[in-house]
Amino acid sequence: MRELALHILDLTQNSLRAGAQLIEVEILEDVGLDSLVITIRDDGCGMEQALLERVLDPFTTTRTTRKVGLGLPLLRMAAERSQGKLSISSTPGQGTVVTASFQHSHIDRMPLGDMPGTMLAVMASNPTVDIVYRHRVNDRVWEVDTRVIKAEVGDEALTLPVVIQWLKSYLEQGKKYLDGGALLDEISG
Amino acid sequence: MKSLDELKKLREKAQETIRLREQTEGTKIIVGMGTCGIAAGAREVMLALVDELQKKNLADVVVTQTGCAGLCEKEPLVEVVRPGQPKITYGYMTPEKARQMITSHIVNGQVIGEYVIAREDTVS
Repeated sequence: MRELALHILDLTQNSLRAGAQLIEVEILEDVGLDSLVITIRDDGCGMEQALLERVLDPFTTTRTTRKVGLGLPLLRMAAERSQGKLSISSTPGQGTVVTASFQHSHIDRMPLGDMPGTMLAVMASNPTVDIVYRHRVNDRVWEVDTRVIKAEVGDEALTLPVVIQWLKSYLEQGKKYLDGGALLDEISG
Repeated sequence: MKSLDELKKLREKAQETIRLREQTEGTKIIVGMGTCGIAAGAREVMLALVDELQKKNLADVVVTQTGCAGLCEKEPLVEVVRPGQPKITYGYMTPEKARQMITSHIVNGQVIGEYVIAREDTVS
């Protein structure tokens, strides 16, 4: 994996497999505090304590097609390599929260990568699941909540080309805004 | 400028699309998005599929994702499920091959044999 965005995509797949109906992806970047924190919260089936203790072991997986599960161990490695850590909490029947922290300026911190593309892929391919993407860079926040889109357009909104086209532009616009682009006035106005 | 207000304007257009869709039968394109698929480039394949469907306005085709299918070495994998036809699995996909597949397989009904790695003969 070359981007943190790909790790995020990977973890949302875990949430989907856990039967989540709501997945929240939150990225908090604070340059002043030199921190980057990624949180993925779902309302899926959760994990028992016993599985939770083993889940960071690459030779742990719930699937039967193969014997390894690398998603979480790879993200932990990426976090620890840049002075951060990975933590997981989970309650059976209620959901799972995965938090990965990084030193923002660390030379080994992977770039965040293509977040608009990642969120578009997740939102467009899981139209029945509610997905919230919240990204804060210092004092700028961009949020995309598919529940809002469905409320405006209808339950099938995210299966429709016109809506996906809108969503793509909206996500890309958010990236420009968060990167400090000159969109602030236009957006508030 | 894209804004949430714009969504309200999309509503009418959206309902028209849904009406059209009800008359056609659904095709499903499934992209393998396990750790292996993602590492091999599944996101770019998925985005190319979504983009191509949107450009061609193919509203009755659904793109969805699945986890690892156990063929990690052949990722990115793309499965095409059409009513009344065997399931086709394409391997070693790229965004270019994905776009080509939409035109050839989804639009014209021609399976691209050289990219196929599995055919399931049970008709769905």
